[in-house]
Amino acid sequence: MSEVKNILLAGVGGQGIILASKILSEGLIQAGYDVKMSEVHGMAQRGGSVTTQVRFGEKVYSPIIGKGQADILVSFETMETGKWLEFLKPEGRVVVNEFEIPSAPILACDANYPQGVIEALKEKASHVTVFKAGELAESIGNIRTANVIIVGALVKAMGLTDINWEEVIKNTVKEKFVEINLKALQLGMDQVK
Amino acid sequence: MKKFMTGNEAVARGAFEAGVTYASAYPGTPSTEILENMAQYKELIAEWAPNEKVAMETAIGASVAGARTLAAMKHVGVNVAADPLFTWGYTGVTGGFVLVSADDPGCHSSQNEQDNRYYAKFSKIVCIEPSDSQECLDYVKEAYKISEDFDVPVLFRMTTRTCHSKGLVELGERQEVPMVPYVKKPLKYVAAPATARILHPIVEDKLARLEAFSNESPLNRVEMNDTKIGIVTAGVAYEYAKEVFGDSASYLKIGMSYPLPMAKIKDFASKVDQLYVVEELEPFMEEQMKAAGISCIGKDLIPNIGELNPDIVSKALLNEERPTMSLADDKKVSRPPTLCTGCPHRGFFYALSKKRNVMVTGDIGCYTLGASAPLNTIDSVICMGGSISMAHGAKQAFVKNNVEQKVVSVIGDSTFFHTGVNSLMTVAYNNSNTVHCILDNRITGMTGHQQNPGTGFKLQGEESKQINIEKLCEAIGIEHIVTVDPLNLKEVDQALEAAFAFEGPSVIITRWPCALKKFSEQDIAEFDLSPRQYKVDEEKCRGCKVCIKTGCPSLSFDGETKKAKIDPNSCIGCSVCSQSCPFDAIGKVVK
Repeated sequence: MSEVKNILLAGVGGQGIILASKILSEGLIQAGYDVKMSEVHGMAQRGGSVTTQVRFGEKVYSPIIGKGQADILVSFETMETGKWLEFLKPEGRVVVNEFEIPSAPILACDANYPQGVIEALKEKASHVTVFKAGELAESIGNIRTANVIIVGALVKAMGLTDINWEEVIKNTVKEKFVEINLKALQLGMDQVK
Repeated sequence: MKKFMTGNEAVARGAFEAGVTYASAYPGTPSTEILENMAQYKELIAEWAPNEKVAMETAIGASVAGARTLAAMKHVGVNVAADPLFTWGYTGVTGGFVLVSADDPGCHSSQNEQDNRYYAKFSKIVCIEPSDSQECLDYVKEAYKISEDFDVPVLFRMTTRTCHSKGLVELGERQEVPMVPYVKKPLKYVAAPATARILHPIVEDKLARLEAFSNESPLNRVEMNDTKIGIVTAGVAYEYAKEVFGDSASYLKIGMSYPLPMAKIKDFASKVDQLYVVEELEPFMEEQMKAAGISCIGKDLIPNIGELNPDIVSKALLNEERPTMSLADDKKVSRPPTLCTGCPHRGFFYALSKKRNVMVTGDIGCYTLGASAPLNTIDSVICMGGSISMAHGAKQAFVKNNVEQKVVSVIGDSTFFHTGVNSLMTVAYNNSNTVHCILDNRITGMTGHQQNPGTGFKLQGEESKQINIEKLCEAIGIEHIVTVDPLNLKEVDQALEAAFAFEGPSVIITRWPCALKKFSEQDIAEFDLSPRQYKVDEEKCRGCKVCIKTGCPSLSFDGETKKAKIDPNSCIGCSVCSQSCPFDAIGKVVK
């Protein structure tokens, strides 16, 4: 439990990254870790990039990490993954929700959405898991659970499945959404081999 | 009980536990959530003020009355509050007084990255710097004790990282602190020249006693490990230094950075071989240490520009960098912030962008994004309230030098109340032929929807008086005032033309609620906010991309079909794109 682990979540405002970080942090605290979480949300509500960093271990000092330091990069949007790759350790894992949200220059026809991001990622990083959380969420009947599916994949990839996530979900979402979110969490875990 | 809290939440909790009974602030990232969190405690009064000077002065009044008080603001807000601050440093306090200054290294959401620790030295008050959420709570409580023991205001210096990072915090109980009974003290509080001359030497004496306290205080803590490297550090920079050096270096962790514990620093320096100063932004501690004859290395290696992180410290002091991977640039496209779908500012800016030969001075808020592509409308933004006064000065200069140039200012409702209203007085008083547009979106938008004197509600939820902007402008002496719907392009265009035609100052008020606002009953009664949606008729669309120039995030252009497209999941039917279309190809979806 001594080594501090670093999780970097990246995406776009409105994708539920803050809630995902909250669920994750709650679970880690419940498991007895010291946890620090840092979020950048200044203008995120207005369509900008959002990242949160969650660090856990026996004792965590810095609330933020530098380049080459993340054990896992979890991206909620395809193109955002590439922007944050330099924060990943060489042996770090990548979890990508394959989903494209065009940014302002793309909408204004000044740029095209980049092609071949996933392939390029696979060439660089050794462990890349890709899935479409939105489609999976629809398959269980609630598109809004996409972020919890992503948390499930993250939990499995980081070997954190022993934590009592059922209790964490119960404490963080409304009662009528507990069951579907637990299903989503398991579905996310199943994405990581 | 331990709770996972941001620094802002912990400061609010600490002030609550310390028995604060009055708190005031003007919202500003990264400080906003401090007062938002204080609002939950019914044992105290938490209020939004129209600007930071007012927040500071109301808190000063409550302290003079004998209560523990707090004022909170972002770093540039302290510039606005600086006038009372400097004299407040002379007079001292009655009830304990904490001014929270939330600095923004890296300019995450600010126009500069000034280091406000200098304000503490400049105004001769105490500076306290927490490094994590637990210290935010503990140090605020200690700050009130110091404030009252030494009769001094305390500047509680936070940064974006301490404000917005979460950590585990051990909570305590609120301790009720009875008010100090009110006694008239004219020789303390009437800061006339004769009093000020008496107060100044008292302040200098106070600072000497505070330095002695600083040397003894556990706020300044020595952690002795290996003595080859010693690090003097403060704030979140301490966490970065610990991350990089761990137990391989010794630390003097400064929690009270003004007055500095110079004897303690000298003693620490004598015990280590190499002394580094690790501090974010300016060499505030380093300069003072060097002036005291202490040999150390700081800003020669660590940048004074931008936010620090463990990487920067490690590279600067150890010349170590971790291996990294990256994708080619063609796999990345920037994601700048934009005006939201349905934002009422979009219609206004789109209409204004069609006008030629216009200088547009802007202000601080979401509408600053009117300066970005594709609207590209605003030419300058300096500070809160500055748009109106800058427009006036510019026009006077143009007129005096016979330059034909229209001048328009753009300011939000909350920013107008902040300091724009003073500027409009000079416009009316000195009579410039300028056009001032007050974009009233019925809320303080940028900082995340805070109430203000125009919205009808107070911070703790009660209903309140509302400023009538039209009447206010009229009272100031503006004769040409028009209120328009900013989502009606024709209406905005006509208002602009009428204002340009008018000889003398004019005001255009645009009135429509922020698209993300939780609408009040009044909003629902006043505006047609029923759900609507628009759709592109592919038969009629000729692919001219005019609608794309509105910059709506729900609109895109399909490169294959050469047609515009509206995302039905996010469109809320503001109709600006439809009005911009020259071929009538965008229509309302009839359900």
